[in-house]
Amino acid sequence: MIHHTLQALTPDDLPKVAEAENAAARDFEHTIHVCVAAGCLSLHSDQVKQGLEHQIQESGLTHCRVKGVGCMGLCSAGSLVSVRPEETLYQAVTPDDAPAIIESLSGAPVNRLICPTDRPFFTQQTRIVLANSGEIDPERLEDYIAAGGYQQLAHVLNDLTPSQVIDHVSRSGLRGRGGAGYPTGLKWGTVAKAGGPRKFVICNADEGDPGAFMDRSVLESDPHRVLEGMAIAAYAVGADEGYIYIRAEYPLAIKRLQTAIRQAERAQLLGSSILGTSFGFHVHIRLGAGAYVCGEETALIASIEGKRGQPRPRPPYPAESGLWNAPTLINNVETYANIAPIIANGPEWFASIGTERSKGTKVFALAGKIVNTGLIEVPMGTSLRTIINEIGEGIPEEHRFKAVQTGGPTGGCIPAEYLDTPVDYESLASMGSIMGSGGMIVMDEYSCMVDVARFFMEFSMSESCGKCVPCRVGTAEMYELLSRIVQGRSSIEDMALLQDLCETVKYTSLCGLGQSAPNPILSMMRYFKEEYLAHIVDHVCPAGLCQFEAVAQEVQL
Amino acid sequence: MTISARVKTLVIDGRDVSARESETILEAAQEQGMFIPTMCRLEGLSEVGACRLCLVEVKGINKLLPACVTRVEEGMEVSTRSERLDRYRRTVLEFLFAEGNHICSVCVANGHCELQSMAQRLGMDHVRVPYVSPRRQIDASHERFTFDPNRCILCTRCVRVCDEIEGAHTWDVMGRGIASRVITDLNEPWGSSTSCTSCGKCVQVCPTGALVEKGKSVAESVKHPEFLPYLKRMRGQQ
Amino acid sequence: MSTQPTTKVSVATVWLDGCSGCHMSFLDMDERLLELAAFIDIVYSPLVDTKTFPEQVDLTLVEGSVSSEEDLAKIKKIRAHTRLLVAMGDCAVTGNVPSMRNPFGPEKILQHVYAQHAPREIVPRLLPLVVPVHQVVPVDVFLPGCPPSADVLYFALTELLAGRTPDLKGSTRFGK
Repeated sequence: MIHHTLQALTPDDLPKVAEAENAAARDFEHTIHVCVAAGCLSLHSDQVKQGLEHQIQESGLTHCRVKGVGCMGLCSAGSLVSVRPEETLYQAVTPDDAPAIIESLSGAPVNRLICPTDRPFFTQQTRIVLANSGEIDPERLEDYIAAGGYQQLAHVLNDLTPSQVIDHVSRSGLRGRGGAGYPTGLKWGTVAKAGGPRKFVICNADEGDPGAFMDRSVLESDPHRVLEGMAIAAYAVGADEGYIYIRAEYPLAIKRLQTAIRQAERAQLLGSSILGTSFGFHVHIRLGAGAYVCGEETALIASIEGKRGQPRPRPPYPAESGLWNAPTLINNVETYANIAPIIANGPEWFASIGTERSKGTKVFALAGKIVNTGLIEVPMGTSLRTIINEIGEGIPEEHRFKAVQTGGPTGGCIPAEYLDTPVDYESLASMGSIMGSGGMIVMDEYSCMVDVARFFMEFSMSESCGKCVPCRVGTAEMYELLSRIVQGRSSIEDMALLQDLCETVKYTSLCGLGQSAPNPILSMMRYFKEEYLAHIVDHVCPAGLCQFEAVAQEVQL
Repeated sequence: MTISARVKTLVIDGRDVSARESETILEAAQEQGMFIPTMCRLEGLSEVGACRLCLVEVKGINKLLPACVTRVEEGMEVSTRSERLDRYRRTVLEFLFAEGNHICSVCVANGHCELQSMAQRLGMDHVRVPYVSPRRQIDASHERFTFDPNRCILCTRCVRVCDEIEGAHTWDVMGRGIASRVITDLNEPWGSSTSCTSCGKCVQVCPTGALVEKGKSVAESVKHPEFLPYLKRMRGQQ
Repeated sequence: MSTQPTTKVSVATVWLDGCSGCHMSFLDMDERLLELAAFIDIVYSPLVDTKTFPEQVDLTLVEGSVSSEEDLAKIKKIRAHTRLLVAMGDCAVTGNVPSMRNPFGPEKILQHVYAQHAPREIVPRLLPLVVPVHQVVPVDVFLPGCPPSADVLYFALTELLAGRTPDLKGSTRFGK
């Protein structure tokens, strides 16, 4: 095991460090991977890890070691433990299982804990962004280098010009993974061409969508991958300073990032004279303070500047005038995480995955009424049916699938008739939804679509920044009208008014929050209008959820 | 802002208009005597594009653009009126009336209120959306002025004039969304503010009866914001 | 007024939670009332003697907001028996002064006005919120103003009598 801290690396050092790390790993007969990302940690996987380490010591097994790793994906089966090299996966592991697991190393696996891996959840994913998640120790730089980390940064700095880098990214077809799907290469090119004495690179790690935890997972499991992507981006656009704006509600991810930045700076992989070249890039962390709207790029920039987190009208776009009026590249965590693989394998490789206009893969957070809750990564164009029924293994308790919400609280829902919709930017948009950042919330027949719309509108209402009139007041009004429906105090006129307000708020709001706040309502009215009418006209909730007050209509207002 | 010497030509409501490169659609239109409704804007203060009344349609762009912050482009074709723009503007006004407690008949600004006038001008004669009826405390602690938040439409003109022109930055916004409100200093009573210079600029720029001089009764509060562009010009900032 | 069958347009006026100022404005039409009398018949009004709301009325002018259960019951009945309903005045159109109690709730008002300062009389139960007429029943014409001027009322009535929807853009204003 390498104990000394890596310092001042040069490009030639990288493969040597990798080889040394891999050689040291081969010394061990068994390595036990224990997930120490937030999901399994909440199930006390840290105690599982300690228990296993203790057991190894007690048993005097010097040829075995325990390694804390990132997210293995199947969060609903945590705590997850993977024994290597056998690749035996154990689920629902508790600290009391440590002796049994250690004993199994010299014999048969612990059957009662086995998590079968010969099923779609494990076999039908294409893990590019998540390649290292669950494999490397997120707190050891050596592990990242052993997996090939920072070699792409070295290659870029030594062998490619900035415009060649941008060309690679453009030809890969990568589109922004934060939700808007803007062509990444085009954005980098715009920032690169912008003039001015300084430029910035920002990583948007605010991830505010309820039910979305893709970015959190990547940052907890493979923080260096994001840093490497940012550094390559900075080189390409001509920036020397970067900010990671991360929501304060992610303390573990913040801690892992801080550790990673410190390690990288010491090893000269960040900071001044990176890898002995003249290129310098300093990364700072900035924490959010609990506002979803600060995930919007201009509000995020205002927040970093120390101002009230409110968006401003665009144009000018941040690529021209962003942080402190300097040209600023702002991309999502997942977008940066794709950069190193694209440089390593070439843009044609990336473009060969996915569909005509949506290249590569997408990480999705599966949540709600689904058997396999967790994180998956699939090629763009995979159908919802495959994701939900095969990879997700369908709806628990034999309930029926009703709809899936994609794109977070301001996305739309897709009902059962359209389960064969491929997941890509254009197809989802044509269905009245959006890709968004990757949250997928599955609903069964006991979910009331009006109640769901109301839940999302409450979110939009409370997260509205308050600057523009339509969003500030419109979300509150739409919430009130939806409340009337679920409480049985609505009317057909109210429903018509609700649709009218949806249109106004959608087309007149200043930023994306207001512009997409009506989406759940519009989407649910498109596919579940009968459910709305049942509440309003018949005073019935088809899902059996809404309780209507048994008071005569005349005295209700 | 430096005045650009380059001129652009564009079409606004079918009329050929020329404007300086650095001008906004609103400025170009107003120079021609054309009316585009505005509320959060006041000549002499920075633009925020927040009220959304000035949204216009531009041919070839599928988004509505705020005229007060959108620079003119060569060959632009702008429509400032349409059935849908009229509808959206009335809805924005309905939102404003529903958000606070706007009782015109007993208000000091009755007859001289920009919100009231805009409703009349745009033909908004009733509010379809539920009234919010919030509970808002009046701050009458200042010696010369009163702040009645029931009448505030969060245009933030007071914030901007106090920050940009007077330099005291006594006013700012606290809270988020529908819970937003303007406050003095760190949400302390105006009368005990240590930053306020009592210049009264905020009162003069306030479009409604939210900020008023004491001693005015119903319909007596008349504002005079004309000092603003004059001040700016005299300071050579034009 | 008249009890014989008539071909004139039947008009009713009602005041809910209003100050009767709009009715004063109505009367302010002065001699024009005589002119209107040739075309309209006031079949129900606080100004005349009829006790019950007729089966079918052509046009009802409603002053005042809907503030109590009695107002609510009245307006629903009126709507059901009226062809064209006109919300007259700010109280009927926006809630206006009566709605100033909305942020505080009916309990406080009842305590202050009726328990502390007046002998105990039987009052209709207050609704939780004062609302304008159109938030309870559909309204056909809105006449803002506190009160709308006699000129506005005259214009609106003559237009309606001629079978046109009055275009009042720019001639009415909340508060005045």
